[in-house]
Amino acid sequence: MKCQRCEKPATFHITDLVDGEPKELHLCEQCAHTFLSPEEEESNEVIPAMAGLIAQAAVGETAEDLARLDERVCPFCGISFLEFRKQGRLGCPHDYAHFTRELEPLLVNIHGETHHVGKSPRHSVQDAEQQTQLIRLRREMKQAVAEENYERASELRDEIKSIEGARAS
Amino acid sequence: MGLDLNELAQSCGEWLRGTGPEPDIVVSSRVRLARNLAEFPFIAKATEVDRAEIERILRERIEALQAEDRLPRNLTFLDVGELAELDRRFLVERQLISRELADSEGARAVAVDPQEQFSVMVNEEDHLRIQVMRSGLDLQATWEAANRLDDLIEEQVTYAYSDKLGYLTACPTNVGTGARVSVMVHLPALVITRQIDKVFRSLQKISLAVRGLYGEGSQAMGDFYQISNQVTLGLSEEELTKKVADVVPVLLDYERQARDFLIRESQETLHDRVSRAYGILRTAQTITSEETLHLLSSVRLGINLGLIKDVETPTINKLFIHTQPAHLQKLAGMELDSSDRAIERASYLRKHLANGGEGPAAN
Ligand SMILES: [Zn+2]
Ligand SMILES: [Zn+2]
Repeated sequence: MKCQRCEKPATFHITDLVDGEPKELHLCEQCAHTFLSPEEEESNEVIPAMAGLIAQAAVGETAEDLARLDERVCPFCGISFLEFRKQGRLGCPHDYAHFTRELEPLLVNIHGETHHVGKSPRHSVQDAEQQTQLIRLRREMKQAVAEENYERASELRDEIKSIEGARAS
Repeated sequence: MGLDLNELAQSCGEWLRGTGPEPDIVVSSRVRLARNLAEFPFIAKATEVDRAEIERILRERIEALQAEDRLPRNLTFLDVGELAELDRRFLVERQLISRELADSEGARAVAVDPQEQFSVMVNEEDHLRIQVMRSGLDLQATWEAANRLDDLIEEQVTYAYSDKLGYLTACPTNVGTGARVSVMVHLPALVITRQIDKVFRSLQKISLAVRGLYGEGSQAMGDFYQISNQVTLGLSEEELTKKVADVVPVLLDYERQARDFLIRESQETLHDRVSRAYGILRTAQTITSEETLHLLSSVRLGINLGLIKDVETPTINKLFIHTQPAHLQKLAGMELDSSDRAIERASYLRKHLANGGEGPAAN
């Protein structure tokens, strides 16, 4: 059998799947190689790493803007935007609110969307504000206990309880 | 307590049990949900005290659910930090914990049931990673089981959640549903006919991710691939499940066409390849785990095409996992270096494939 693309003998028999329809190809080694090797633009089509995505998202910012952005720090967990850019992990749930302007283009890049569709917790719906307040109160309570300021710690515990109680009702 | 790792090593694991629909190609279905507790920083900024408290809270709540018979009583908590290195590796090979959880430091745990259908990782990349696994193609039921487990845990804790962005996760790639729906497929004929890269490129175009046997960054081993959703925001869990489920019939079709083609066009070559693989596995005196996976893949294909008749798929499935380094050492009851493992592995294969798989593995 001859190669379908040149005159050499066909040594490769390939089932090509075009839109789910099998199409048989009989090719010589050289033509088969050309056929099977991924096209240039496609071969690099790997999922970009977080850093790459963030770099893309930051396009349009000047170097100064970027440097200023990198220095922004979440008041709750202390993560800087630079730290996030380096490790690809956020520090606390509040970061989504704190870095919202920076994260939106990133989310569009990854998901093509910025709005959640799907299930939501039936028992623990509460706003971001309350959630971050809980993180802060827990931290302060721990601090108070460490300083043996038990009166303050118990005030804080009551405050935490009242927030958690509010959601439970 | 309910779970003995040495005993567990003897069995096979849900994902290679070889039951469920389309077991010749779809090995297992899996759904994983990433969740975080609202009151704590994510793992990157959690102190050791935070991590210990997260673990304590989750353990307490899960055990409370068990006490009320709302979660199976045989779900066992393992303190991953306390486990021996070999046991951690064993759990990774078994897909019950991630490599990341095995290798990280500090307070971390996993709750596992003896059937290995559920595993709940604590303090991995997120505070909680809820995982449900089923044999064969069964995505809808797998999602429903994961959803129920999530609902139960959610009653006990406050998840980090925002109305706009959904479940808040440490990495923005998981935000929204926090859900990864995946199938593990065995595609040897697409590999042999060199169609596999093309298939993967078309999967990537519809934003599905393809990974090798042991997840992120790992090489495809034994022609096993894991296919999962790339996007977690903007689609509901049911839509994500459907997206992955919809592609499976296409993959099944492609792989079966490639198998038919091989049988039709090059049966001798294929038969030779399969028989040689079987022969090496039955006679080798020393063999690496990589070569073993490769050869077992050919034998598995041979069985499914009726070219090998004296051994069955479940036996081969079991050998896939039992010849992995940590499993091999646990079964041998001792630690072995890599050259001793290669000898032990060959001996294990000879023993279990003697008389056409009628050895101890076929029990
Ligand atoms: Zn040619
Ligand atoms: Zn933060």
